[in-house]
Amino acid sequence: MSIARDAALRAFIPHVGPRDVVVAVYQTNFDWIALNPRPLNYVAVGAMGQALSHGLGLALAHPDRKIFVFDGDGSLLMNLGALVTTAGANVANLSHFVFVNRTYEVNGGHPIPNAKAVDFAGFAEAAGFPSVFRQSEEAVLIDTLPKMLATPGPRFCALEVHAGAPYPRDYSYIHGAAARQAFAEALRTT
Amino acid sequence: MVFAEDRHTDAMSGPSGRAILDALKVAEIRHIVALPDIVTSSGLLWPAACDPDFRLTRVCKEDEGVSICAAMSYGGPRAILMMQQTGLMDSLNAIRAIGVDYARPVVMLVGLQGKEPGLPAADSASYGVRIVPAVLDAMDLCYSWLEAPGHEAHIAAAIDAAYAEARPHVFLVGRAPEIP
Repeated sequence: MSIARDAALRAFIPHVGPRDVVVAVYQTNFDWIALNPRPLNYVAVGAMGQALSHGLGLALAHPDRKIFVFDGDGSLLMNLGALVTTAGANVANLSHFVFVNRTYEVNGGHPIPNAKAVDFAGFAEAAGFPSVFRQSEEAVLIDTLPKMLATPGPRFCALEVHAGAPYPRDYSYIHGAAARQAFAEALRTT
Repeated sequence: MVFAEDRHTDAMSGPSGRAILDALKVAEIRHIVALPDIVTSSGLLWPAACDPDFRLTRVCKEDEGVSICAAMSYGGPRAILMMQQTGLMDSLNAIRAIGVDYARPVVMLVGLQGKEPGLPAADSASYGVRIVPAVLDAMDLCYSWLEAPGHEAHIAAAIDAAYAEARPHVFLVGRAPEIP
């Protein structure tokens, strides 16, 4: 069982406040900025695997804001140590959601290594995250998301997803200076 | 771009760890992100870990620190990433994308394990040392040297310049800093 990715992202929209920051990657990023365009979307992490580290930097820099990281499973596999770093950094304002589709979707749909068996929530538990969840049903996600977000942070959730509606992949926007400038300006004014 | 020359020095000691930490404070560095490096461990990282003026985040891999420092540069306290040259080499793609392409002031302090004191890095017998300035030059990264007493004097200006010009800067520590 899994959730359409865009349906999962829609479930988050009511819980992302105007001062909150969202760090997202790859297709989840493209879906999110289409569904909820806002200047405090941190749209470019530069190198695969770096989303959680950017999120940690933002959480450290802005303890008064909630930081959401919408990560990919293949991305996280490139930087599993970041789970340990984040769990040890005492950042209560960070929530790490990994969208688990078990493929490198934007790179041809190849499976991640050991795709059928790997347990991302298990990684987070072992790394020392105080709050760890698994979700694979849309209705349950919608129902439990408020409770999840109220647990001690940093918190982690592995979301089993499949591709939903297609959204455009605008690489020039996410890597462009305008998005970074808008983000910086929104941090100053929001 | 070389900020200060990799000059030959006859100094019998390394730079002052205390002077480096004081210069970081003058430059308003308040957050240190680090992986232990044997060159800078005793003279910088342990003293910094005990200094209440710094918050220390220990990372598992150096490229995490590139991202953390870059993200903190959006309205957060100034940060510096401390690591060994092996970690610098391992982080080049993150530095390329996040520091250079995205124009973020990622400031790094890198211990050069194996560098012979007083010998220019380009003349080092160690391949791992010899290639560092050449790689930084190839990437058009700004860097400067901390190898002898007095070299600490440029630190604050170099950090201010990195932030003003929105670009990375690498401090290369060629000799273990004196323990404060």
